[in-house]
Amino acid sequence: MTIAQEAIREATSHPLDDLLRTERIPHIWCPGCGIGTAFSSCLIAMKESGIDLEKTVMVSGIGCSGRGAGYVKLDSYHTTHGRAIPFATGMKLANTDLNVVVFSGDGDLFAIGGNHFIHAARRNVDITVVCVNNFNYGMTGGQAAATTPHLAKTTTTPLGNPESPFNLPLLAYAAGASYVARWTTLHARDLTTAIQEALANPGFSFVEVLAPCPINYGRRNKEKPLDTLRLFQDKSIIKNNAHPTELDVDWEKGVVLGTFVNNPRPCSTDMYDKTCRLEEKPEKKTAA
Amino acid sequence: MRPAVLTGEHYMTGDVACAEGALAAGCLFFGGYPITPATEVAERMAHRLPEIGGTYIQMEDEIAAMASIIGASCAGAKSMTSTSGPGFSLMMENLGLAVITETPCVVVNVQRAGPSTGLPTQGAQGDMMQARWGSHGDYEIIAMSPASAQEIFYLTIEAFNLAEKYRTPVLIMTDEVIGHMSERVIIPKAREIKTVERVKAKGRKDRFRPYAAGDLGVPPMANAGDGYKIHVTGLTHDEMGYPAMTVEAQYAMMDRLVGKIRNNVKDIIRYEEFMTEDADFIIISYGVSARTGWAAVEEARARGMKVGMLRLITVWPFAEDKIRELAARVKGMVTVEINLGQVHLEVERCVAGRVPVRLVGHPGGTLISPDTVIQTIKQEFGV
Repeated sequence: MTIAQEAIREATSHPLDDLLRTERIPHIWCPGCGIGTAFSSCLIAMKESGIDLEKTVMVSGIGCSGRGAGYVKLDSYHTTHGRAIPFATGMKLANTDLNVVVFSGDGDLFAIGGNHFIHAARRNVDITVVCVNNFNYGMTGGQAAATTPHLAKTTTTPLGNPESPFNLPLLAYAAGASYVARWTTLHARDLTTAIQEALANPGFSFVEVLAPCPINYGRRNKEKPLDTLRLFQDKSIIKNNAHPTELDVDWEKGVVLGTFVNNPRPCSTDMYDKTCRLEEKPEKKTAA
Repeated sequence: MRPAVLTGEHYMTGDVACAEGALAAGCLFFGGYPITPATEVAERMAHRLPEIGGTYIQMEDEIAAMASIIGASCAGAKSMTSTSGPGFSLMMENLGLAVITETPCVVVNVQRAGPSTGLPTQGAQGDMMQARWGSHGDYEIIAMSPASAQEIFYLTIEAFNLAEKYRTPVLIMTDEVIGHMSERVIIPKAREIKTVERVKAKGRKDRFRPYAAGDLGVPPMANAGDGYKIHVTGLTHDEMGYPAMTVEAQYAMMDRLVGKIRNNVKDIIRYEEFMTEDADFIIISYGVSARTGWAAVEEARARGMKVGMLRLITVWPFAEDKIRELAARVKGMVTVEINLGQVHLEVERCVAGRVPVRLVGHPGGTLISPDTVIQTIKQEFGV
């Protein structure tokens, strides 16, 4: 390689290239979108956690964040809308050697997929769920989601959202998740650490990532790309172990970030083996 | 602790025999959700899977059950779920995911009368067209219909074998009567049971094309964790498995997806002829209604009527050639099925007016009596 070629390679390469399907880049995400940052944090966390990446799988649902699975150079599964978690559950139970990470959006995981989320948390299935919450359905042009703030404008709430959003960490906590954290895309290092902790937790882990969607959400709510990041900087309060009921996303009073639950308990497969496999235990067959 | 294959002579229901067939075929994962009259399949699997090192999970709904078996299969386990009409409806979207991602799995529908909640405890065959076309878009599917507890045992093994061979979901379209009826079931020795495994990916991992056609048009499969770092999507995709939003990609993908079934129908389709050689009139039937058909043929023969039966064991893909061949040499046909005319439409299509075709059907809840079949043949064909 000549010096010039080397320089070009240096200039165009990315430290995460080994984890990316570089031939799929450029990605579909808009300028100013937060998903790329959340995605990078997720990949760095995977890399730094030391888990066997040959045995690590990313599962996504549908939507902008759901495209994550299409860019990661791991076994990656882009499933149906809302169903990444039950797909991931089957995958993990069939081969417990796999590290299964669900990377998807708020609309996918909490509206159409909400039922699956609470049951996977209740069972404490050993998977990690990273939810990019950008407060709306971005891919379809900015419709109201289960996370859209009250009175926020979207294409389906032109006069403002009459409904109230979910407090996702509270939901995860109430359903039984054994690890729950929330960060924003501005807090990329904390986010990376949280995802690493989530990967290490032997049970259902949930990491919410608040992210800007300047094109579809910001534009309709008088938030320029930097305005959203400024909110993330000025109006966030870092408070580990905050009570989950304090975690409403209300920028007026400030939004609490941190790790809220880190209570490992036996995961679903441990409990299944203990309860359902009789004394003369056959070895759990790992899928060939 | 019992083995996977319960060799011996048993007296068991169709639902239980179905579960035992799955275990004999090598099923190691079942994602269930209770529903009458399919619950006993899930119950049996919940009991038996942990005994043999497999896993049962009761999911939160049938959408999740279907998603879980696709995930489990992608991780390498032969997987199955069972349900009835309402749950079958909920599984349709993910059934399409299994089709487009070419994920082997088996779905059992123990049919009950519908629509909607219908008659939950009473049998019917009203989901046959849903089995064919229930998920959106064009596709081919394999659906088999057993006529006894013994047959459901064998067909469930066959279903797994076809699913693995063709990388496709396979449906067992049974019904409440077969599911709940206890009969003698003989389970052979494990070594006498032929099981088929998916063709696995091999060769250089960086050059593997996950959706390039292999033998029979079926791509070799890499499971999660095999090190191939594959991408699998429900979007239209190219040979690399990558989303390809073009008309050309859609044509190429669909051509192979549909072709791998259509070009291999001779290997896939199973049927059985009963006294058709000299028959003037043919009963076309499947599943529990074939039992009506057998009785009707015997009764008709006793009365000197030349009646025979074509029993469809594989209902989809449809035995078109066989029906055309019969249509060329008989005087009339009757379709016997517990619905208001579903497979009957396909019979009419293949017969194409060459001979008269009549339906003996009703909306479900009970079986069809052989007398009704004979009366129909008499009245409609003037014998």
